[in-house]
Amino acid sequence: MGNKTRQLHRFHGGLHLPENKAQSSGSPIRALPTPKRLTIPLAQHIGTAADVVVKVGEHVLKGQMIARAHGYVSVPIHASSSGTVVEIADHLIPHPSGLSAACIIIETDGNDTAVADTLSADYTQLDPSELRNRIRQAGIVGLGGAGFPSFIKLNPGPNRPIATLLINGAECEPYITCDDRLMRERAQAVVDGAVILKYAVSAAECVIAIEDNKPEAAQALRDAIEQCHATDFSVVVVPTLYPTGGEKQLIKIVTGREVPSQGLPADVGVICHNPGTAAAVHHAFALGEPLISRIVTVTGAGVREPGNVDVRVGTPMADVIAACGGYTDAAHRLLMGGPMMGFALGSDAAPVIKTTNCLLVAGREELPLPQAPLPCIRCGACVDVCPANLLPQQLYWHVHAKDFDKVQDYSLFDCIECGCCAYVCPSHLPLVQYYRFAKTEIWNQEREREKADIARQRHEYRIFRLDREKNERAARLKQKQAALKSNKGNGDADQDPKKAAIQAALERAKAKKASVNIPPKNTDNLTEAQQQAITSADERRRNRGPAIATRPEDT
Amino acid sequence: MQFPVFSSPHLPAQSNVARVMGEVLLALLPGILCAAWFFGWGVLVNIIIAATTCVAAEAVVLAMRGRAVRATLGDRSALLTGVLLALCLPPLAPWWIPVIGSLFAIVIAKQLYGGLGYNPFNPAMIGYVVLLISYPRELTLWNPPTGIEAQHLNLSQTLALIFTNSLPAETTIDALTMPTPLDATKTALGLGQTLNEIKASPLFGHYGGVGWEWLNLSYLIGGLYLLMRRIISWHIPAGMLGALFLVALVFYASDTDAFPSPLFHLFSGAAMLGAFFIATDPVSASTTPRGRLLYGAGIGLFAYVIRTWGGYPDGVAFGVLLMNMAAPTLDYYTKPRVFGQPK
Repeated sequence: MGNKTRQLHRFHGGLHLPENKAQSSGSPIRALPTPKRLTIPLAQHIGTAADVVVKVGEHVLKGQMIARAHGYVSVPIHASSSGTVVEIADHLIPHPSGLSAACIIIETDGNDTAVADTLSADYTQLDPSELRNRIRQAGIVGLGGAGFPSFIKLNPGPNRPIATLLINGAECEPYITCDDRLMRERAQAVVDGAVILKYAVSAAECVIAIEDNKPEAAQALRDAIEQCHATDFSVVVVPTLYPTGGEKQLIKIVTGREVPSQGLPADVGVICHNPGTAAAVHHAFALGEPLISRIVTVTGAGVREPGNVDVRVGTPMADVIAACGGYTDAAHRLLMGGPMMGFALGSDAAPVIKTTNCLLVAGREELPLPQAPLPCIRCGACVDVCPANLLPQQLYWHVHAKDFDKVQDYSLFDCIECGCCAYVCPSHLPLVQYYRFAKTEIWNQEREREKADIARQRHEYRIFRLDREKNERAARLKQKQAALKSNKGNGDADQDPKKAAIQAALERAKAKKASVNIPPKNTDNLTEAQQQAITSADERRRNRGPAIATRPEDT
Repeated sequence: MQFPVFSSPHLPAQSNVARVMGEVLLALLPGILCAAWFFGWGVLVNIIIAATTCVAAEAVVLAMRGRAVRATLGDRSALLTGVLLALCLPPLAPWWIPVIGSLFAIVIAKQLYGGLGYNPFNPAMIGYVVLLISYPRELTLWNPPTGIEAQHLNLSQTLALIFTNSLPAETTIDALTMPTPLDATKTALGLGQTLNEIKASPLFGHYGGVGWEWLNLSYLIGGLYLLMRRIISWHIPAGMLGALFLVALVFYASDTDAFPSPLFHLFSGAAMLGAFFIATDPVSASTTPRGRLLYGAGIGLFAYVIRTWGGYPDGVAFGVLLMNMAAPTLDYYTKPRVFGQPK
């Protein structure tokens, strides 16, 4: 099935990391009970936050849309269970900033009553745009980590035919096993979802790529493909190497093609989706259920019973960890995502969102606090491991000097922030942090520049306008003077333009005065009955005496 | 529950500067032992003096600069500079030679530029070249290696010579020293002798000089260890030794009487020490893969040119310093193609 004939390729660099997957990969997915309170953030991914469509006090059903997509890069948000909206307010969300943002808080009623199904359909009867719209209405975003709205990826445009749908089951980050378990236990859902995705973009083939440390998942998928006779499907086993699961890296491995710098996978005829996303698509079309739950790996030395749990979106992380036996004494740090690209959370009060693939509660030995950095010794270990083939030490040097033009010369924006460079750095430099800082600075500068450009344009236009008005005035003046001169030549006193002008001004003033006396427009052309009504009203008002304020017109 | 927040990646870095320097020092061990075997106690005395001076000088300057002394000394870079410098010096040089070289290397070439990571030139080579230019006579005080019939000094005689400049009775300094094979070759060729005549001298061994060929071989072994441990990349040694070999081969092929064989070049002087331990100093070398290859090749080329036509018997140190100057330019013009950018 393709795997033997397919020639695999390599990307530059990469790392063999301690996998640490055994802690959680052995335990089957457990569905967590619906919590008493769901905290559902309006912004759960890249793009704009959704608009609330429910009110506090309103009763909502499981799967009911509670926030509408706002703008293009946005998807709706659904209630993860039935209950009452008790609050719409800022609440701590899982975000690297550690800030709070608007959330809908639902007190669940325990009935888990589902809303009427509007999603399920026979996908073959839908045209691609309706198909995409349903995927959007189901609130489906990339479940691999970044959470980009999936329907956008499915619309590469007419000029970019898609040859390959790539299901990214690499899961290269240490500790995370949610995709592994999903592919093992729900292989059929993944394959069925992939069939729909493949149909949506008319891809010639679908490749499911899996790292060679997950043989059970690969076998489960092969069986599922065989069982449903999916055509042009293949499972490709790729070597375990971090960051193989990077979209661009995996496309290179499987197809040998490089997504152009600043480009999209569709530019090389590929679209890439996570197996979880494929399964979510299947759920929407087969069961009519929007994306309201996901599989989360809960692992690390800081949690008593590591494993994989099926969690409703909006469940507080503390509840999830409590359901996994709670914290051990070793609990030292909490991460959302893996230890290479995930971000640290200051508190477990934040809820699980659509992009929460892993909660890593690490012990002190697993993830010690960062060590004090030393100067860069330019050893170039970072160059050897960079999967984007950048020169991390040169980038660091120029970021350090805040020379942002040079930083862009060294292709900062091709950095995928995988963290390989920092992992091998003998000087313990927080390199990725430097690159993020530089990117943010450059974005800020660009925004400032745009603002300055607009201001300059407006200023220039003002100068132009003032200039034009001045010229026009000068021209009029010239004209008048010319007229004056010619009139003087005629010697006609009655035709004196000054006097004529004064006369005209007087007439204008008179007309204006007259217009002031004109009654308000809405009392023009009144019918007899209306006029009578007004008169009688005025009469009553007068009779009520001076205590009542009179209408301004009457004074 | 509350947790501390840091930026990704969260996995702890696997290496550290002290470990890198430590591995290099470890890889120098075969070379040090071999040098001590062939050239006597003077080698070890040099190492002790230079290493002590380097570490002390670094500590003093760090204290003056208000930096963390103990933590910075822990990176072992000053120690390594001292050892590398000492290994370049003649074993019978008076004590103040390693002291001056070390002071210059650490204070001027390293700390005045900002310390570890900021020095544009290889500190050990700056120290060595300063000595070579300022004290040419002292830098020729090489004793004959073990295996050659001559007077060899024991420990106390060596210490007496180095620290008090007192010779054993009825000897002169000239009787105790001997030109290095590179020096002897250069002088003899200058006098119009052919290489066959020169090789007849007892100084020469199988393919290099007596002692020197073994010394270079042990540095090669240490270098291979560093490659295996991924402390250095293959680019610089391959570039340097490859260029040295190729240029030597071309001239050797043109006239075997006037130009020594490529093998002689590879196993003489500081060829192996330079290729694996000195040119690979990351701070002052080029850092891109192609840049490193060219950087190494430049050193090999300069070493050959200076050995063959220059005023000094060996040219590795000058080659390293000249290529240090070229490193930023090399880095700039040898940027690798970034993933996804046009080929």
